[in-house]
Amino acid sequence: MSNYQVLSLLLCACLTAIAALLLSLLSGSVDITVGDLLAYTSRSLPALENQVLAEIRIPRGLAAFATGAALALAGVLMQVLLRNPLADPYILGLSGGAAVAALACITLGFAGAWLSSAALLGALVSVFLVFSIAGRAGHWSTIRLLLTGVVLSAGWGALINLMLATSASASVQGMLFWLMGDLSQSRTGWLQWFVLFVGAAAALSQARSLNVLVRGETSAASLGVNVRGLRLGLFVGASLLTAMAVMTAGSVGFVGLVVPHMLRLLGARDHRLLIPLSILLGGAFLLIADTLARTLLAPQQLPVGVITALIGVPSFIAILKSTPSQ
Amino acid sequence: MTTLLNVQGLTLHAGSRRLIDNLSFTVEAGQRWGILGRNGAGKTTLLHTLAGLREADQGTVEVADKPLAQWGKGELACLIGLLQQDHQDALPATVMETALLGRHPHAQGRFFDSGEDRELTEQALATLGILDLADRQLVSLSGGERQRLALAMLLAQQPTLLLLDEPSNHLDLGFHSRLVELLRTETAFDGAGRPRSALLATHDINLAARLCDHFVLMLSDGETLAGPAETVLTAERLSQAYDCEIAQAQAETGPLFCAV
Repeated sequence: MSNYQVLSLLLCACLTAIAALLLSLLSGSVDITVGDLLAYTSRSLPALENQVLAEIRIPRGLAAFATGAALALAGVLMQVLLRNPLADPYILGLSGGAAVAALACITLGFAGAWLSSAALLGALVSVFLVFSIAGRAGHWSTIRLLLTGVVLSAGWGALINLMLATSASASVQGMLFWLMGDLSQSRTGWLQWFVLFVGAAAALSQARSLNVLVRGETSAASLGVNVRGLRLGLFVGASLLTAMAVMTAGSVGFVGLVVPHMLRLLGARDHRLLIPLSILLGGAFLLIADTLARTLLAPQQLPVGVITALIGVPSFIAILKSTPSQ
Repeated sequence: MTTLLNVQGLTLHAGSRRLIDNLSFTVEAGQRWGILGRNGAGKTTLLHTLAGLREADQGTVEVADKPLAQWGKGELACLIGLLQQDHQDALPATVMETALLGRHPHAQGRFFDSGEDRELTEQALATLGILDLADRQLVSLSGGERQRLALAMLLAQQPTLLLLDEPSNHLDLGFHSRLVELLRTETAFDGAGRPRSALLATHDINLAARLCDHFVLMLSDGETLAGPAETVLTAERLSQAYDCEIAQAQAETGPLFCAV
């Protein structure tokens, strides 16, 4: 791929992200126009529109973008760590741990910051479990990691079902929304953006080594890559990014698996290109999905995880069919 | 003489099994060493140890007069290149993208590929006769084409010491001769150019006999024999190593061996 093609792809992805952001700001029950956005920047907007933008649409839009970007990046990193095209950010059981903690929180009647803190804690407990079980003597094989993740996920799944089955029916809908991923209460703080920026910068700085690691650990080691350090970095980085996403929006499915794969299918196999594209388009994808989730059946809000799958599946199949077999 | 590799008293274990016991040999610039032995004798383990991928249980390995452990990973990868026996292609990539990875050790601190990286990689692909496949996906390659790509990646890496694990895997007979030619050119050392050597582990005794001037022969229970071809590569020694009757014939190109 020539430098010209790379630059134009990056430019397209930036424009897509900006267009998605504009779309999300302009859609909703209160009419806001492009003129209003300009007025907002010069602080001359009427109170209602000003409040809708400042307190609802902008924070929610930013939360959607940060979550989508973090999930897509985590997906790229997990796929390299496990060298498995089926790996997604949740494959090591992280979302299960977060869900158990979040559902317990809902059962006890807590919400808001308590809920997201519990989700974060649950995710980190799950990460720690995988790390200590699979990380025998500091060197974990791909298959041990995968098996540990799958078994832990099954355990968390049982606990989730137990809580769903025994909870009062009034709280079950809230639990289902959390499990499917929902951005209606989502806000991002400095923590999410910090993790995203540091994660993106670190991933980009290692992009070259990731290209090598994809071809196997022995191959990477013989080409001078510090394989153990890099894999540890991938594990920690992908886990933190996913934990932030889950803390913000529950377990939104599909973004982390499909965005990196669509881009790989479309030819962005080099991680120096794949990483920035995944961040921009993962963010844009979730932003558009969330805009649809809150406008399609307004005033009814849909869980965004349902929309990501409903748009994601057909577009993925279309791309799969239109590209020659790989 | 320039000593590229100095192995002294090397002992390797796999679990409780002793693969190699007290092996010593030195590789001088321009030499080509063959590593022969039965299945599971430890040929690959030996190559990986020399490449710095695993530690020796006992003994020392020096590369260019400096102990292996004292080399930085990146520095070492500029000196030593390893052709692996199998290739992991779980995620898609093209031939050109894969071959370019060979330049990784030389690109420390650089984000983009340089013009030189591309040029050397294209040259390597051309040398292996697969430049026209540059844009093909890995999965569409035949076994032999994939093997040639791995060789091209190794050439693009431009190592001083080439470690090759079963280099003739999947290659057709016609390409065996080109491989011999290629490795002879790569390791040709007239005392002026860059000194290079090769070590290859193989089951193809006759290929090794055409190509190599020195051998490490793995007998049994960790016992090894290392030295020039004329002392190691004899029907008697080979019969002992492979635990079967091996006969020797003489061809124009050199000795030929076959099991009888």
